[in-house]
Amino acid sequence: MNDSAPAIRLTAIDKHFGAVHANRGASLVVRDGEIHALVGENGAGKSTLMKILSGMMPTDSGTIEVHGRDVTGWDTSEAIDAGVGMVHQHFMLVPTLTVAENVVLGREPVSAGRFDRVRAVRDVESLCKQSGLDVPADRLVADLSVGEAQRVEILKLLYRGARVLLLDEPTAVLSPPEVAELWKVLRRLRDGGATIVLITHKLDEVMAVSENVTVMRAGATVEQMRTRDTSPEKIAKAMVGRDVDLTVRAGRSASDPTASAALDVRHLVVRGARVDRAVHDVSFRVAPGEILGIAGVEGNGQTELLEAIAGIRAVTSGEILLGAADITNRSVHTRGEAGLSHIPEDRHRRGLILDYSIADNLIFGQQHQFTSNGILLRDAILDHARSRIIEYDIRPTDPSLPARALSGGNQQKIVIAREMGRAFDVLLAAQPTRGVDVGAIEFIHAEIRKARDAGKAVLLVSAELKEVLTLSDRIGVMYGGRLVAMFSRAEASEEVIGPFMTGAKRELVA
Amino acid sequence: MSVLLFLAQTLRIAVPYLFAASGGAIAERAGVVSLTLEGFMLGGAFGAVMGAYYTGNAWLGMLCGIAAGLLLGTIHALASIRFRADQVVVGVAINLFSVGITRFFLQLSFGSSSNSPRVVGFGSGSGGGSAAFLANPLVWLGLAVIPVLAFVVNKTRFGLRVRAVGEHPQAAASVGVPVNKVRYIAVIASGALAALGGVYLALDQHQFTDSMTAGRGFIALAAVIFGRWDPLRAGVACLLFAAAETLQIQLQAAQIIPSQFVAMIPYVLTIVAVAGVVGRSTPPAALGKTSE
Repeated sequence: MNDSAPAIRLTAIDKHFGAVHANRGASLVVRDGEIHALVGENGAGKSTLMKILSGMMPTDSGTIEVHGRDVTGWDTSEAIDAGVGMVHQHFMLVPTLTVAENVVLGREPVSAGRFDRVRAVRDVESLCKQSGLDVPADRLVADLSVGEAQRVEILKLLYRGARVLLLDEPTAVLSPPEVAELWKVLRRLRDGGATIVLITHKLDEVMAVSENVTVMRAGATVEQMRTRDTSPEKIAKAMVGRDVDLTVRAGRSASDPTASAALDVRHLVVRGARVDRAVHDVSFRVAPGEILGIAGVEGNGQTELLEAIAGIRAVTSGEILLGAADITNRSVHTRGEAGLSHIPEDRHRRGLILDYSIADNLIFGQQHQFTSNGILLRDAILDHARSRIIEYDIRPTDPSLPARALSGGNQQKIVIAREMGRAFDVLLAAQPTRGVDVGAIEFIHAEIRKARDAGKAVLLVSAELKEVLTLSDRIGVMYGGRLVAMFSRAEASEEVIGPFMTGAKRELVA
Repeated sequence: MSVLLFLAQTLRIAVPYLFAASGGAIAERAGVVSLTLEGFMLGGAFGAVMGAYYTGNAWLGMLCGIAAGLLLGTIHALASIRFRADQVVVGVAINLFSVGITRFFLQLSFGSSSNSPRVVGFGSGSGGGSAAFLANPLVWLGLAVIPVLAFVVNKTRFGLRVRAVGEHPQAAASVGVPVNKVRYIAVIASGALAALGGVYLALDQHQFTDSMTAGRGFIALAAVIFGRWDPLRAGVACLLFAAAETLQIQLQAAQIIPSQFVAMIPYVLTIVAVAGVVGRSTPPAALGKTSE
C-alpha cells in the first residue's frame, strides 16, 4: 500500500461488447478521500468503466490500480475484500429477504450451523447508527421506499468494509429531500475517509457534491477538471462535444382557456399490481395547446394513471374523455383512431420490439395503413421509415437495423417519431427522456413544445422534476395514488413541489 | 374403515409425495424449474429395483435409487445451469428420457417390457399390513424430510443463499454468493430427494413396473406450488393430496359414484390448487430464468 498513490488509477481501459466499443482507452484518477463525479451522456461508457473497476466484468486491455496496487483482472469478491464496492442503478437487493439478511448476504454470521439472525440484525442496527443511514433492519426489502432501499445498498458496502464506493446514478429514483439526505450521507462518509465515485449525468449534482469531475464521451475519458474551477456549461460542452443550451425556457402556454378540454379525466380509480387503488379518485383536464406535467416520486400511481388513459390497464371506475368521446372502455386501437398518442415509460417493454427493424417499429399501431389485402407493403414501410429517420434524426440511418442496435436516445427517437409523426390531438408522454443523452433530450423537449404550440394537448409524466418544471404549463403532483396539488408554472418550483412529492404536504385537487 | 386406517393409508400414499415435493421445493427456491420430479422418481424407482435385485438388500437398493436420482439431477443441473437450456424443455426431456431408459433396461435385464421380477423391500418379513408399513424406514425418513428441509431453507446460511439465488441471482452474485454452485447443490439434491420417493414406491410394491410413478412427480410439483414454495406448506399439501387419493380409493370400493369420476379427484384437486384457488402464489422471481 502506498500513501501517495491515488485511491483509483485506471489506465487505457478498453472494452468491447460484440461490435460495440464501450470503453476506448479510458483513464481515471481518483484521489483518496474525495467525491469524484464521473459524468457523460448515456452510452458514454461510465457504467461499463465502473463495472470493470468493481470486478463485475474483465477489461479487454489496460490496467486497474487501487491504492497503488495493480489489481487488473480481479473479480467482485476480490474487489469487495479490497474495500471497493458498487451501488448499482438497478438495486441488487432480494425483495423477499429482510434488510438485515440482504446486508449480510454472502458474509452471514453463523452459530452452531444456523444462520444467526439475531446477530445479523444487531450488527446492521449498529452499522445504521454509526453511518447515520436509517433503515429498519427487520423489515422486508419489498416494503421499503426507494430511498430506504438505496440506503440498504450503501449499508451492504459498509458492512463489507468498503472504503471506495462507486454509485451509479444514485439520484435517478429519489425525491429532492431524499437527494439532499443522500448528499449528507456521502459527505459524512467522505469525511470519515471514504472515497466516492458518483456516476451521474445531472450537472447540478456534480457542482453540489464533487471535488473533481471526469467527463466521458463515446467510451473515452475526455477531460478531468476541478469542480470549483469549472461550470455546468463547460462540463456539458465536454460531454456532448459542442455547445449546449442549458437555460430553462419558461413554459409558454398556447392554450385557449375557453376551449373545451382535449383530455378530461373524471374521478378515475385504477387498480395496481399490489394495491386496489393505485390511482385513487383522480380528476383533471388538459386543454388543447397545453402541457400538463405530473410530478411525483415514481410508484405513486403515475404509471397506472397513464396506462389507464392509454388503454393498457383496466379502469375500476371513473371516466376518460377524449374531446367529447368517452374512451373509458375503448380499445387501444380505437383510442389511437380518436387521436391519442402514447410514448410509454418503458421503451423496451412497451415502446419497441427490440429485435424488429427500425422500419417495423415505426409502423406499430399503424400497420393496417401499410397493408394491402393483409399483405405488408414493404416498399411503403421502408419509404415511411426513411422519411421519419431523416425528420427525427435517427442514427444510424439504415431502416433495416434492429432497434436493439441503437443507443437509448435513438431508440427513444423511434418511439417519438412513431407517436408524434402521426395525426393526434392528445399526447401521453411518460418519462420521455429517461435514459436518453443530453442531445436527444434537447430534441425531444423541442418536439413536445412544437406539438403544444401546434395546439395539441400533452400530458407529461416524469420522475425528473426539472423536466416537468421545464416543459409544463401546469403542474400536478401525485402522491399515494392521489393528485395532491396543482400549480401554475409561475407558482411552481422545486422548493414548493418537493414537500408534496414526499407526502409531507397535500391540498387535494378535486 | 376406521379413522386410524384412513390416516395410515394417507400417510402411505403421502410418502413419495413428501420426498418429491421436498426436492421440488429446494430446486425451485433456488430458481430452477422442477418439472423433472417425475423423471427423478422413475429413475429412483428403477435404480432401487436394480440394486435390490442384484444385491438382495433393500438398503443397497435404496442407495442405487439415490445414485440414479443424483445422476439425473446432475444432468438437469448441467443442462439448466451450465448450458442455460430452457428449463421446461429440459424437464420434459428428462421425464421422457427416464421413461425410455428404464423401459430399455427393463427389457435388457429382465426380458420384460412391463415389470421386473419381485425384489426385497423394507420390513417385508413382518407380515404385511400396517405393521410392515411402520417398519419401513423410508416412511419415517419421508416424514422427517419436510421439517428438515424447512430448517435448512429458513434457518441456515445455505437456505438464505438458496432463497436469495432464486429471487435475485444478480444481487446474490454481486455480494459474492456463488450462484451456480448453490443451484447445482439444490438441483442435484432435488434429484436424490425425488428419487427417494421412487425408491419407496418400488420397494413398497417389491417390483418396478413401466412408468410406475404415474404422474406423482407432477402432483408433488403441484403440492409445491400449492404450498407457495414453502417446505412446510408443501408438506401439508402433500398430505392433503394423499388424503384425497385415499378418499378416492375408499369411495371406489363403496361404488357410490362412478369410479372414473372418483379416480379424477386427486388430479382435479391438483388443477384447482394450481389454478390459484388458494390465493395468489408468487413463485421465486428468478424461477426458470437462465442467468446472464
